[in-house]
Amino acid sequence: MASAFSAAKFSAQPFPLNHTSTTSHDSSIVFAKPTSLFLGSTRKLRLTSSSKFNLSRRSGTVDAVSDVVKQKKSKSSPSLLITKEEGLELYEDLVLGRAFEDMCAQMYYRGKMFGFVHLYNGQEAVSTGFIKLLKQQDSVVSTYRDHVHALSKGVPARAVMSELFGKTTGCCRGQGGSMHMFSREHNVLGGFAFIGEGIPIATGAAFTSKYKREVLKEADCDHVTLAFFGDGTCNNGQFFECLNMAALWKLPIVFVVENNLWAIGMSHLRATSDPQIYKKGPAFGMPGIHVDGMDVLKVREVAKEAIGRARRGEGPTLVECETYRFRGHSLADPDELRDPAEKAHYAARDPITALKKYLIENSLASEAELKTIEKKIDEVVEDAVEFADESPVPARSQLLENVFADPKGFGIGPDGRYRCEDPKFTEGTAHV
Amino acid sequence: MALRNIIGKRIGNGIGLVGRRSLSTATCDVENRNSKSMNLYSAINQALHLALETDPRAFVFGEDVSFGGVFRCTTGLADRFGKARVFNTPLCEQGIVGFGIGLAAMGNRAIAEIQFADYIYPAFDQIVNEAAKFRYRSGNQFNCGGLTIRAPYGAVGHGGHYHSQSPEAFFCHVPGIKVVIPRSPRQAKGLLLSCIRDPNPVVFFEPKWLYRLAVEEVPEHDYMLPLSEAEVIRQGSDITLVGWGAQLTIMEQACIEAEKDGISCELIDLKTLMPWDKETVEASVRKTGRVLISHEAPVTGGFGAEISASIVERCFLRLEAPVARVCGLDTPFPLVFEPFYMPSKNKVLDAIKATVDY
Repeated sequence: MASAFSAAKFSAQPFPLNHTSTTSHDSSIVFAKPTSLFLGSTRKLRLTSSSKFNLSRRSGTVDAVSDVVKQKKSKSSPSLLITKEEGLELYEDLVLGRAFEDMCAQMYYRGKMFGFVHLYNGQEAVSTGFIKLLKQQDSVVSTYRDHVHALSKGVPARAVMSELFGKTTGCCRGQGGSMHMFSREHNVLGGFAFIGEGIPIATGAAFTSKYKREVLKEADCDHVTLAFFGDGTCNNGQFFECLNMAALWKLPIVFVVENNLWAIGMSHLRATSDPQIYKKGPAFGMPGIHVDGMDVLKVREVAKEAIGRARRGEGPTLVECETYRFRGHSLADPDELRDPAEKAHYAARDPITALKKYLIENSLASEAELKTIEKKIDEVVEDAVEFADESPVPARSQLLENVFADPKGFGIGPDGRYRCEDPKFTEGTAHV
Repeated sequence: MALRNIIGKRIGNGIGLVGRRSLSTATCDVENRNSKSMNLYSAINQALHLALETDPRAFVFGEDVSFGGVFRCTTGLADRFGKARVFNTPLCEQGIVGFGIGLAAMGNRAIAEIQFADYIYPAFDQIVNEAAKFRYRSGNQFNCGGLTIRAPYGAVGHGGHYHSQSPEAFFCHVPGIKVVIPRSPRQAKGLLLSCIRDPNPVVFFEPKWLYRLAVEEVPEHDYMLPLSEAEVIRQGSDITLVGWGAQLTIMEQACIEAEKDGISCELIDLKTLMPWDKETVEASVRKTGRVLISHEAPVTGGFGAEISASIVERCFLRLEAPVARVCGLDTPFPLVFEPFYMPSKNKVLDAIKATVDY
């Protein structure tokens, strides 16, 4: 595979992409200092490479690079990055995401859910790392791989499972399905089947929050919007348009790229002129950060900074999380194109095992406690399936609802009854 | 849009799902030399192989085409013709089509694939504002006739909002491009080769439901089917049914059922929606006096409306009943409610009866 990154420091690894070691408490991550003056600056800033961070790709200086600071481990006050409660919360969310997606696969193959289903296995660290730092009023905009984003944000597993089964108790009343998870209560602005469609929408949501705070003077409105999308989307016009708008208007938004290297069957390295996506941030005047997306603690550290920036009104951030999906693009994808060695490489960096190791090694939790959590999640997922199974299928009348705001505009005929109850409806000739 | 002569009408099963060899006296018909049983995606694959073979400046590009595409329509092309001619593009439909227009303007044959017709909307601007107007506004100095855009369209049973749409009506409203929709493997191969070689930009919609389901004997040689010629695939005398693509299968089932009630239905496959063969449809309506149009796209503003208006203009006094349209409902394409949304066989049958009994 054509490698865009030099393998000099990682000769043992077949995939010399930017990645650090698997030890989760190594905080040699790099991110922009909030007071840096790189915004729009034309100064050439060279990336300081840490010992584990090799970016030399080709000769010639790189212009559009974020100002980075190597965080020394001693700078952070406690020697650990998380407390026990936080650790257990993160673990539970990771396991929920994984168990839920595995159950989805089972249910799909049993015919309980249908359509195009895209599973998130392997990428849980990104969702947990970011979304667990949000408040309820913060918004999340996702892609078609959205089950776990919805779960992390707080949408009950029951609602998500019912939506997948197409039942009325689902979060969108069964009308959206796998790729369209919405929740007004938890401010999930959707699942989007189309790549890049959600990014402008997230930009608009971020604008609202800023407007409320600065124009309507709701001083405590510091809501942040997170837009999640993949590596393929970073070649799409909508992405660039929104980076520009967000930076121009200093919107409280974080653009999170889940770079799993593959867009169905197209390798990111073969589709992108400059595969280092985080560099596109500074080109538009916002910090661009690259982080190991298989490590939830690293993601969390970066997320804290990025979300903090947005909350303080300092503007947007672009975060590229290097991650991987363990399964195929969707449940219909035989996943034959990816190298098994690559898959094995990332399987060894499973975020759940990494966090488990961290928690146990640092005596934050015992095996027994973690097992209890796993058992609890199993029960939650089983209960979700049962609930979804027993829920009713939507009535036919729901088909015509919600096309316009006024249900009479379409669903209710002049005689006051639902048009679908009109006997002429089966002919398809009833005037609607 | 030549006048169809009577010899050109095809008798028998044109859809090919039963696989019966049909009796044909068509002048521009495909000779059944060496033919092989294959499905729709294989037929399209063969057409693409032939197109690239016969023209060294033909290119195939789109998302995921080099491994064969998500529907396997482009298998083997990259291996055979090389990555310079068959290549993946990044995920940017607007870029893909615009880039294709540029290629075509410089005299190449650009065969762009849009992965699902639902994704064609970012490219809509390029198609409508650039591809359709290129020859016109350059005074015929440049043209993008070498551009063919292929996209799988239509319901597939579980596609939901974004994998099942039928956007043909939007493109039919644009003067300057052609819209072609095949109904079966044999038709697809011939029509696709015609589209690629046609000196106008063409949008070619492939019914994705039929990619594996439709199996037919398809000749292995290079043949082309004429554009803008509709085909009568079933003779009848009581009512004319007009459709295209996968919907014809449903309509044919309805015709068979209606036959049991003594209603003789004439079924026409438009094949090319823009510019469409008004003469054939008109001749048929003059014979039967009744017409029914069926398509998956929502009824309001669908292409059936154009057909209806044209037929009424031309055959007003001959019509015995209002023009019936059995189409999708005016809602976004639903997920769970798909069977209820679709213009099913029963809906078509009810409409046939209502029209005949008017």
